[in-house]
Amino acid sequence: MNALQKISDFFMTPAMKILLILAAVLFPFVASNEYQIYVMALAFVWAIAVYGMNIITGLCGQLNLAHGGFFAIGAYTLSILAVDHGWGFWWAFLAAGGAGALLGFLAGVVSLRLKEHYFAIFTLCVGFIIYLLIDKWEALTHGALGIIDIPAPNGFGLVDFTQTTPFYYLALTFMVLSIWLAARIANSLLGRSFRAIRISDDLAESLGINLMRNKVLAFVLSTTYASVAGALYAGLVRFIGPAEAEVVHTFDMITYLLVGGIGTLMGPLIGTMAITWLTQSLQFLEEYRMIVFGPMLVVLVIFFPRGVVGSFLTWRGRRLAAAQDAQAESAAKKKPKANNTVNSSAREAGNHA
Amino acid sequence: MLKIDNLTKRFGGLAAVNNVSIEFEANKINAIIGPNGAGKSTFFNLVAGAMPPTEGRIEYQGMDITGMACDRIARLGIARTFQTTNLFEESTVLDNLIVGHRLRTQSRLWDVIINSKRLRDEEKKCRARAQEVLDFVGLSHIGHRITADISQEEKKRVAFALALATDPELVLLDEPAGGINPEETENLAGLIRKMVEHGVTVCLIEHKMDMIMSLADKIMVLDHGEKIAEGTPDEIRNNPVVIEAYLGSDDDAAA
Ligand SMILES: Nc1ncnc2c1ncn2[C@@H]1O[C@H](COP(=O)(O)OP(=O)(O)OP(=O)(O)O)[C@@H](O)[C@H]1O
Ligand SMILES: [Mg+2]
Repeated sequence: MNALQKISDFFMTPAMKILLILAAVLFPFVASNEYQIYVMALAFVWAIAVYGMNIITGLCGQLNLAHGGFFAIGAYTLSILAVDHGWGFWWAFLAAGGAGALLGFLAGVVSLRLKEHYFAIFTLCVGFIIYLLIDKWEALTHGALGIIDIPAPNGFGLVDFTQTTPFYYLALTFMVLSIWLAARIANSLLGRSFRAIRISDDLAESLGINLMRNKVLAFVLSTTYASVAGALYAGLVRFIGPAEAEVVHTFDMITYLLVGGIGTLMGPLIGTMAITWLTQSLQFLEEYRMIVFGPMLVVLVIFFPRGVVGSFLTWRGRRLAAAQDAQAESAAKKKPKANNTVNSSAREAGNHA
Repeated sequence: MLKIDNLTKRFGGLAAVNNVSIEFEANKINAIIGPNGAGKSTFFNLVAGAMPPTEGRIEYQGMDITGMACDRIARLGIARTFQTTNLFEESTVLDNLIVGHRLRTQSRLWDVIINSKRLRDEEKKCRARAQEVLDFVGLSHIGHRITADISQEEKKRVAFALALATDPELVLLDEPAGGINPEETENLAGLIRKMVEHGVTVCLIEHKMDMIMSLADKIMVLDHGEKIAEGTPDEIRNNPVVIEAYLGSDDDAAA
């Protein structure tokens, strides 16, 4: 077993997870300034939304272009309730998650009647309608002015979430919970049903999987993730405007997904972190950033269509399979007689199988 | 087992399946043959509930299943494979099969969140069933491989296994031997026989005449959506209408 394999095995162990969490916990202590902590907290918030997108798009294979819209719905629900109606942060936060789920259900029931690119185009329209509503419905959303003075999460006198570092830990906690739930879903029979739909609607249906019910469930899960992330975003940034609902955020999230690895568990996190910090480090290029960034993305998508994590997993899967084959072979060599019976019985099984 | 009455499916002006009536018996191998575009796959789509018929009636085990949703029909015990095999290429072979038994389980989102005992039991059950059907199709030695890396014939077997994982009583196989060599075709025919021996009724579409003639108990011939003949392989072989249809359509006859 070589070093590469040892490292790759380590990536899959619980120790790796603990190490990652530990690194995240220690980050504020090693960060060189508060801005870095803020950027990281913001990246965690976006990562939550990307995990949501990964459920409907990565697992279930339905390209939802309204995702950014549901992020904005979460942010606006929280802000409107907290600022205009004086709700406490956490009640408004719960309501934001609920609004994301409910509106996601309504949008899902309608849009999931469409398949493939029709669904994608329809959700693009849904996203745009959300943007228009936010921009034009001034009585409710304050229109182009946006909403200011959004309260930070209530720390009940124990912590002050207006400070960057406490908020960082709050965002981290929510993100870890999100990943935990996403992992539960992905590894369960439910996640398998979603993935069967991703292979093909026809195949999934022929396996007795109710398409509409599963797709709507995946959609609602994803919009709930998005709106929870949006609500946290409002609590961190504390000023929001219609720009939050612009479709560019959806495309950003798709980029994160593609880079990290669509449909994988750690892909959303790695993609979000990688692009966030890459963008930060290319900031000096200002608007020319895309000239560097674009080609990098193209190369990545061409050579690693399954993203960083997906490519890693396939590579590892092949190695494990090869190792197992080699092992079976050497075991067979040691016991030539046993080998023969195994082989012939396998052949027999193949023949009248 | 399966009783079809005056089944018709029109796509616009085209009658892909036209007034077809037939009965398939349990525990037999029933074949459907016919030139390209004859409506064979459409016929399967109707039986499996993938699309509703324009007219006619489908009765399965005495139950009227006409127009019933595909997933419900699957739960009633009709499974199928498709003309083009699609599997989850990036996963292992075994991993592909676990979802096949999902329709026999109850777990919902709540079970997933709390990781209930029901979910854990059902997951075990699905995994065991996957292993079982993998053994059945003779592929237990490659369960750990990435699906993209296995041969075409092996993929066909995995598709069979996936259909079997649903615990079907009737399996519809759409051109199972498409794109594989004669020896592999022979092996696949053996597997189909084995399925019938284990109490599964088979209905298959195939262009390979040698295979059909040696395998089928009953053959239905479709041409331009219409049933032009039905009978035993011998009856079909000597049926002038069938010979006419095949010579007229200038393909398939050789195959
Ligand atoms: N969903 C659809 N919409 C419109 N026309 C269709 C549809 N499905 C099939 N057809 C048409 O119905 C006819 C029968 O098609 P079908 O796929 O059933 O043929 P087939 O016998 O399976 O042929 P092959 O041997 O090539 O698989 C064809 O003319 C096809 O173009
Ligand atoms: Mg066909």
